[in-house]
Amino acid sequence: MTMKKPFAITLDPGSSLANKTGAWRTERPVYVDRLPPCNAECPAGEDIQGWLYHAEGGDYQAAWHHLVRENPFPAIMGRVCYHTCEGACNRGQLDAAVGINSVERFLGDEALKQGWQFDAPELETGKHVLVVGAGPSGLSAAYHLRRIGHRVTVIEAGEAPGGMMRFGIPKYRLPRDVLDAEVARIAALGVTFSYGEKVADIRASMAEVGADAAYLAIGAHIAKRAFIPAKDSAHILDAVAVLRSMEGEAPPMLGRRVVVYGGGNTAIDVARTARRLGATEAIIVYRRTRERMPAHDFELEEALEEGVKVKWLSTITGAEGGTLTIEKMVLDGEGRPQPTGEFETLDTDSLVLALGQDVDMSLLSGVPGLVAEDGVVQVDAATQMTGYPGLFAGGDMAPGTRNVTVAIGHGKRAARNIDAWLRGEVLAPKVPKPVAAFDALNPWYYSDAPKTLRPQLDIARRTSSFDEVQGGLTEATALFEARRCLSCGNCFECDNCYGVCPDNAVIKLGPGLRFEINLDYCKGCGICASECPCGAIEMVLEEG
Amino acid sequence: MTQPIKFYQTGTFTVGNRLLPEDLRTVQSSEARDNSLNSGHRACQGCGEALGARYVVDAAMRATGGQLIAANATGCLEVFSTPYPETSWQLPWLHSLFGNAAAVGSGIAAALKVKAQKAGQAQSTIRVIAQGGDGGTTDIGFGCLSGMFERNDDVLYICYDNEGYMNTGVQRSSATPPAARTATTQPLGPEPGAEFGKGKNVPLIAVAHEIPYVATATVADLHDLEAKVEKAMSMHGARYLQVFVPCPLGWGAASCDTIRLARLARETGLFPVFEAENGEITAVTKIRRPVPVDDYLRLQKRFAHLFGPKGHPETIARIQAMADKNIKRFGLMAEEGAA
Repeated sequence: MTMKKPFAITLDPGSSLANKTGAWRTERPVYVDRLPPCNAECPAGEDIQGWLYHAEGGDYQAAWHHLVRENPFPAIMGRVCYHTCEGACNRGQLDAAVGINSVERFLGDEALKQGWQFDAPELETGKHVLVVGAGPSGLSAAYHLRRIGHRVTVIEAGEAPGGMMRFGIPKYRLPRDVLDAEVARIAALGVTFSYGEKVADIRASMAEVGADAAYLAIGAHIAKRAFIPAKDSAHILDAVAVLRSMEGEAPPMLGRRVVVYGGGNTAIDVARTARRLGATEAIIVYRRTRERMPAHDFELEEALEEGVKVKWLSTITGAEGGTLTIEKMVLDGEGRPQPTGEFETLDTDSLVLALGQDVDMSLLSGVPGLVAEDGVVQVDAATQMTGYPGLFAGGDMAPGTRNVTVAIGHGKRAARNIDAWLRGEVLAPKVPKPVAAFDALNPWYYSDAPKTLRPQLDIARRTSSFDEVQGGLTEATALFEARRCLSCGNCFECDNCYGVCPDNAVIKLGPGLRFEINLDYCKGCGICASECPCGAIEMVLEEG
Repeated sequence: MTQPIKFYQTGTFTVGNRLLPEDLRTVQSSEARDNSLNSGHRACQGCGEALGARYVVDAAMRATGGQLIAANATGCLEVFSTPYPETSWQLPWLHSLFGNAAAVGSGIAAALKVKAQKAGQAQSTIRVIAQGGDGGTTDIGFGCLSGMFERNDDVLYICYDNEGYMNTGVQRSSATPPAARTATTQPLGPEPGAEFGKGKNVPLIAVAHEIPYVATATVADLHDLEAKVEKAMSMHGARYLQVFVPCPLGWGAASCDTIRLARLARETGLFPVFEAENGEITAVTKIRRPVPVDDYLRLQKRFAHLFGPKGHPETIARIQAMADKNIKRFGLMAEEGAA
């Protein structure tokens, strides 16, 4: 139908929509999900950015459910995890890293307060897995196996669950009611626990309970000793025993003046515990310098605040009665301590050795194919399986950094591979997504918001009681903290791409559905990619 | 421990945010925006003017409930949006000549006024904008524009400032900055590119007319731009808005850098963003992350002759001095300690 046209006009008016400018394009924008550096760093493989996304919206229950898909212990993690994620956080390059650990703790505490429970397994597989050791790694494996639908029996040598979380980490860092509550939630999933039972022969125990596979996570509880020439009168203890006895009826007798030998986190835990037990002086003797100390600096800092002292570059060469002989050290060119021949003495009521721990491998004797090297059981790093098919191991007894989070990660990895093994499959290794580095972001769009500090118990209370040192965030501050997340590499629907396109070639799909490029009109200018705050758009060359 | 909760992840600077209440999101974040300048227009990849025009006209459409007529000067904006017989415009839109957009706007406003009076209304509910590039505004259409100001005609005039005649092949306009290379200001001789001490500052000339409202804005700050359009449309009489719109083709910049360049123009102080009412400057947008002019100039081939082995550091210093003068004159630097 043609209109009556004015003079000299021969064509009907049309819309420019007829002009498909997409034909100009040499590059196209593609939405991607990059791996946020926090997730890449987490030893337990948490989807940190993923659960923060829910927390930002105030949906803490969804955030918690998202979090526990990878790790069943947010309240514990929020207290004892060394949160290496925060060291990797891109926000650290803007103002200060997001307080991931404090939000995790808030979610964990909120879950305990509200009584949130894990989703029950969707089906029962009919398979049975034996877990030896109810420490973080064993509990993590038990949890994941149970959620998949396997029957799980946990055998623990101690009288209570938790392993090093109970017998190694002092109460002022991890209150026991928190530990008990998070373990109880795993038990409520239908995991069977047996305490006070030491597995002497793993294959016999498996046969006894009728297990199809087993996960070993007995930890490392035998204290390493150093040879110190000592007379009978010297009062020498080991750190594992001291911390373990804190869980018993009678606290250890350490005296007024306590020397701790070693430079790890355990040494610091013992020194801080000694202060709380009434020691007027707690002195850590360490061979190297502060820079080379394996303990985390924030823990050392807290210990120093509480009056713990450190003698750097010192070794203990002898003990007689209440007197220690100490030799000064110097670091050589390679940073190793070398003796100087200069000696001094130090009076003490007791000496606690915190020189590391060994694994008790007696339960593994006679298992064919098993390899023990460097004091730990060797496992396939991708699956945690030992040389004996169906027998998996992790935590402190397997190779890796020894901490709670790594142990939890081992437990998860083992659980998923045990499940695959029980189905006669091998899990295909996941191709890691590229990490969203800071230079992939456009930080202009994030406003300035310094990190929220958690309240700390004042010093007087800290040195006289075992009350928890680190406080938690309130709901308002947790929300604030969650919203500091930059959402690195993952679209958070800020509408920037939709707004900045000069060609209206970005289609907004609605809440939760993100966006799509209209390739009919996209000219490939790349503004959407360069103005995406979080680096979730990539420009890709058109073919041909 | 009591802190007000803000939307730190996004809120203040992004187009929208799922966590923001609807009324704090921009017009551009809405699926219901008008797309007044529709897809299929023939502007270059990454065109700042196409982007700026949609930002402004969509905001004006929202502010007037769609009761809007536009007059358009000759220039890129007209050429790329209306090749016969197609149009990208989704509102009543008129093009007459290069230099008379302001006069056409005045005429439409006068006609609407008469029609309203004949219908027994005090004033028309239909509003008028006139728009053009810097060539059609600061040079060719300047007489009509000054007349529109002087008569206080009820028109919002928008100048999309890309600092040159881009449509005809990148010639110098009176908005072209010193030292910039254009087809008519070649990088030759001791003072290459456009000369220092020439050109005109039309926003300040508009302020001198003491019209109800004058503002500058950039395509890099959408919240600010939309607020200014909305404010302008809430007023009557002559109003002027100059929007800084980088031109990838004419400036020799990457098409993906359009918004970045607009941001840098503001953050260096080279393009002061301010508002004035009735002849008085009433507000300035402070610089958030101060940067030297180098960061801005280096991204553009029109300034390439200032860099490299035979560079002109003294020329860059003169441009920096211009930025510093703006910062001082308009008070662009945030107070110490302010966010």
